[in-house]
Amino acid sequence: MSDASKTPVTVLTGYLGAGKTTLLNRILSEDHGKKYAVIVNEFGEIGIDNDLIVGADEEVFEMNNGCICCTVRGDLVRIISGLMRRKGKFDAIIVETTGLADPAPVAQTFFVDEDVQKNARLDAVVTVADAKWLSDRLKDAPEAKNQIAFADVIVLNKTDLVTKPELAEVEARIRAINPYARLHRTERCQIAIADVLERGAFDLDRILEIEPEFLNAGDDHDHHHHDHDHGHDHHHHHDHGLKHYHDEEMQSLSLRSDKPLDPSKFMPWLQNLVQTEGGKILRSKGILAFQDDDDRYVFQGVHMMLEGDHQRKWKPDEARQSRVVFIGRELPEDAIREGFERCIVT
Amino acid sequence: MSSFDTGGEAASIVSVTDKVKPVSLGMAVTAVHYLGDRAAFVGTEESVAVVDTEGEISKVDVTGGGILSAVSDGSRILFGGDDGKVSSLDKAGTVSVLATDPKRRWIDNVAVHADGAIAWSVGKTAFVRQPKGEEKSLDVPSTVGGLAFAPKGLRLAIAHYNGATLWFPNMAGEPEFLGWAGSHLGVTFSPDNKFLVTSMHEAALHGWRLADSRHMRMTGYPSRVKSMSWGSGGRFLATSGADMVILWPFVGKDGPMGKEPAMLAPMKAKVTAVACHPKQDILACGYEDGTVLMVRMQDGAEILVRRNETPPISALGWNAAGTWLAFSDESGEAGLLRL
Repeated sequence: MSDASKTPVTVLTGYLGAGKTTLLNRILSEDHGKKYAVIVNEFGEIGIDNDLIVGADEEVFEMNNGCICCTVRGDLVRIISGLMRRKGKFDAIIVETTGLADPAPVAQTFFVDEDVQKNARLDAVVTVADAKWLSDRLKDAPEAKNQIAFADVIVLNKTDLVTKPELAEVEARIRAINPYARLHRTERCQIAIADVLERGAFDLDRILEIEPEFLNAGDDHDHHHHDHDHGHDHHHHHDHGLKHYHDEEMQSLSLRSDKPLDPSKFMPWLQNLVQTEGGKILRSKGILAFQDDDDRYVFQGVHMMLEGDHQRKWKPDEARQSRVVFIGRELPEDAIREGFERCIVT
Repeated sequence: MSSFDTGGEAASIVSVTDKVKPVSLGMAVTAVHYLGDRAAFVGTEESVAVVDTEGEISKVDVTGGGILSAVSDGSRILFGGDDGKVSSLDKAGTVSVLATDPKRRWIDNVAVHADGAIAWSVGKTAFVRQPKGEEKSLDVPSTVGGLAFAPKGLRLAIAHYNGATLWFPNMAGEPEFLGWAGSHLGVTFSPDNKFLVTSMHEAALHGWRLADSRHMRMTGYPSRVKSMSWGSGGRFLATSGADMVILWPFVGKDGPMGKEPAMLAPMKAKVTAVACHPKQDILACGYEDGTVLMVRMQDGAEILVRRNETPPISALGWNAAGTWLAFSDESGEAGLLRL
């Protein structure tokens, strides 16, 4: 993929006090043989001398392209073009956002801006969450919920400060919003750097691995014996003791097909879906098997922005299964399912 | 917009490619300026490669990191660095540090005035230093995208989000704000001091008639405009961003309003750099496939200066007398042409 020449960018989010700076300091001070350029929002919080640390102002502006939710971080456009002057001096870029930031403008910058797109690719959104306080924040801070919904990787930090049932509770709440993110439990952000940085396609593959019954009771496969249509913010005790929450606002939706998709139907459907429902869809990802196509097609999206490409040949021993996931608010689930079904070659 | 078939026309175009002196700079290049008769190719970081008319190269270190911005008044080149320094290189080859940001923040933009005043910006703050050494600063609402001095008087245009600010550093009173939604990056005054034009984050230019702040929208580009050059004594503004040179007319009091731009030198690649000849009605243009052409403004007649199939042209410029054209692609494969 032509992506290999692009500098990977990790977006580091997390609500105030969750431990972002601790994680950043760890990344910068550990001996991993890599050099990172870091875009921080608070100059001086990083106690490490590095001439590739740049202060940012989180300047968000709306694109004049008729797309209402299309906001980008102008400061990132400028800083990344500046950093590209020193291409070869670093391996990857880390963007730290403020605790109250919406990750959407940051992520959208990597889809919308032609120069940024040419030089850099969004590797993963990493969200640091506070095991003790996240459950509360999910109730009173929409930013915290957005950050969880956007994440590809969640570092659930300060697990030493909670009891086992509390930990199970917060994990269930995270999973109710975002079942697809890779979740790591840490104390003081003790985590292998490779689990956080340069995840790339690996995390996209994760959408294939997940057990659908855990994800989504509405999935075609293996219904659980509970009903999601009643009440809100309730939980069920399954026989294996796992709590299962239903977030009243944020949901995820998983679609899959073992039969190939018709690209001439799927692509227009997807484009139209994000155009019309993009305000509700926070993230979308997919791995697709198209009819008469030996290459795996992958895409990811943020709100109305989509980016996709042929990734690689399907392996001979690999099931050619298509999987698409959406995370968003008040998703029109039935309409999305029906639309997807119509794209399957019969 | 017309299309261009290279198959038929490529063979018939007049070529001066054999007259170009090729120069391998061995470094990535972003711009070219002149110090007298010598072409100074600005690198992406640290160095400038000064090339004399014989093609002899000498490299000079001008910053301690990435070079974010470079402008010239013909006698010296000013640089803004990611090492927090404003530095200059003069004809004698002397490098001077003119200003240092105490917090070592990036110097995003620099500008130079014919009378010797200089300007630079750090984040949301623009600074002006006059020849006598007096320094002033102005904070604008958001990060500065570009700076330009007016051709007359000490007046600085500062491009930022949602418009541009016009500042007379020597006058009391509020700076003038010219509003237009969006992110404004590059900025330039027309040579007659009547119009201000900005290049925007989206693929468009915006302009204001300074007498009454009347808006001028210049749209239709397939990609962002990164190179602008005033030609024919300020009667035209030539721009990159399309797969041909877009030439906006600035004759008359309305500028380009209600007029069609001229479209010259269409190719199958996007224009990445334009440079109008300082005296005659011709321009040079470079493309993303490495092609360089000279084009006559009246009739669009083209002369091939450099063939395609290389990285994009990133630097293109005439000396003040218009006797030399210098260009380079992004990887530093450069050339000099004597007219």
